Amino acid sequence: MLTILFDGIAYGMVLFVLACGLSVTMGLMNFVNLAHGAFAMLGGYIAVLLMQKAGAPFLLTLPAAFMGGAIVGLVLERLLYRPMYGKTHLDQVMFTIGIVFMAVAGADYLMGSSQQIIRLPSWLQGRFEIAGIGIGRYRLFVLCVCGLLAFSLQWGFTKTRFGSRLRASVDDARVARGLGIPVNRLFALTFAIGSGLAGLGGALGIELMGLDPSFPLKFMIYFLVVVTVGGTSTITGPFFAAMLLGVADVAGKYYVPEIGAFIIYVLMVVLLIARPEGLFARARS
Amino acid sequence: MTTLHDRVRSSLYGARRWHPVEFIFWALALASFWLFPRHLLLMNEIAILALFALSLDLILGYAGIVSLGHAAFLGLGAYAAGLLAKHGIGDPLIGLLFAMIVSAVAGLLASPLVVKGNDLTRLMVTLGVALILHEVANSWASLTGGADGLQGITITPVLGLFQFDLFGKTAYLYSLSVVFVLFLVARRLVHSPFGLSLRAIRDNVLRASASGVPPSRRLAAIYTIAAAYAGAAGALMAQTTQFVSLDVLDFHRSADVMLVLIIGGPGYLYGGMIGAVVFKFLQDTIAAFTPQYWMFWIGLFLVLFVLKGRSLVHGGIASLLKHFPGLRMRKTP
Repeated sequence: MLTILFDGIAYGMVLFVLACGLSVTMGLMNFVNLAHGAFAMLGGYIAVLLMQKAGAPFLLTLPAAFMGGAIVGLVLERLLYRPMYGKTHLDQVMFTIGIVFMAVAGADYLMGSSQQIIRLPSWLQGRFEIAGIGIGRYRLFVLCVCGLLAFSLQWGFTKTRFGSRLRASVDDARVARGLGIPVNRLFALTFAIGSGLAGLGGALGIELMGLDPSFPLKFMIYFLVVVTVGGTSTITGPFFAAMLLGVADVAGKYYVPEIGAFIIYVLMVVLLIARPEGLFARARS
Repeated sequence: MTTLHDRVRSSLYGARRWHPVEFIFWALALASFWLFPRHLLLMNEIAILALFALSLDLILGYAGIVSLGHAAFLGLGAYAAGLLAKHGIGDPLIGLLFAMIVSAVAGLLASPLVVKGNDLTRLMVTLGVALILHEVANSWASLTGGADGLQGITITPVLGLFQFDLFGKTAYLYSLSVVFVLFLVARRLVHSPFGLSLRAIRDNVLRASASGVPPSRRLAAIYTIAAAYAGAAGALMAQTTQFVSLDVLDFHRSADVMLVLIIGGPGYLYGGMIGAVVFKFLQDTIAAFTPQYWMFWIGLFLVLFVLKGRSLVHGGIASLLKHFPGLRMRKTP
């Protein structure tokens, strides 16, 4: 029981790292980026390639996955995403679905359609027990890394100058621009960081969620749930949403495997019925 | 003597009259039965896709409801028609009606989720509903056949006269007739006061409700109708192929139909039809030389189209119309 809770929290942590970039970019530019999962997949494949082909140690692949996601995110933002900000949500959705399709087919072409497996270093394998709770070493590692990340993000978001500028821009981009905050540059940077985090999450998540070319489509809904439930103007909102989703998903799949896959969809629809307007209200007001 | 009332009337209802181009369009659709006898199966798919896109056009083009899960109703209709035929009632028209009713009920049930909220919530709710249905069809294997698909569908001849054949002769004519009839209904609908009120809601909800149009009820109504249309498309698919697979509920269906409508342009009923022809032609050509990775090309096409192509294509049409004013389709204002 507690083991499941633990696993769920670890899963939720990875989801948070994957999705928090999306929630900030969505709030900041009111831009619907369904292609966020593509960056996560990129990070995952970078980690896999580095380990399999170059024999790099696992820990080294994590920053590489982050950098890969961030750089590609930065370039794509400059070249492709920027013209889309002024367009309608419909156009943005079409555009990002196009990117997802390309990423899925491209990954299939380059890497093959099979599940990727990585070999974790031996100190991350296996599990131990504390007071009857089985704790997987890797999950504990993920928990620590993501927890640290969440804290530093929260700190950066609330305490630094960058963070306060970012919050101002999320609340009202026009006024922020009027006060001399370089919203566009801020956004490019945030987009890069968010994509990088997605890449990192993708690498961390290979062991927990698997990695194959359909990753961006499969997990699109998870990211959207985190963002919808958590709101777009804080770090803590998506964080708790991701925890909730992670625990619900793991527990659902464990206790009622036949209907486990429904749980998150039903959860999302119910939450959207309960608060149809409120979920995005803050970002748009 | 023309009063203001008359002029308003004629500008609102001017598009009701049939334009010559429209006659040519449908004549061509019928003539292609004899012109391309070797591609009837493909043309049948085009007709079904066109109906599906027409359904999306009703909610997106006329009422401004964005949907990422329209495949939900297509799949529901397909399974409804398929299951009915599998359990003994193989008459295609009854199956079609049944599928439309099932989908309409589902649309009505889902409409409260859709009429509220902004674009983002709508996108997510529709996506969520489609995913739930996909999961249901996948898990409930005893009814739907799960991942293996629904097999053993036998369809009796249309009206008891026309047996479905291997070459798609009956299939194409049957689908085309259904599409045409439903198109006539849709055409009448969007040019009725009801259709005008939908456009008013799409353009400005606040103003529409201030002038006495109840937005939620109108949107729920059109959503239900559109669901029935999508269900009809699903039924045609199930009946003409005599097979239903999980693929009908897949996410890519919802994305494809959106692309189809965007290619043709929403809001004048023919957009989906033209888009369906272009899309299927593209799909067929690309799939001929790279069957596995055609998703990549469709993705590239989407990206380019949204970035640059839309203004190109639609600008091209606009400038063409400028040169040949006689061709002008009465696009809704």
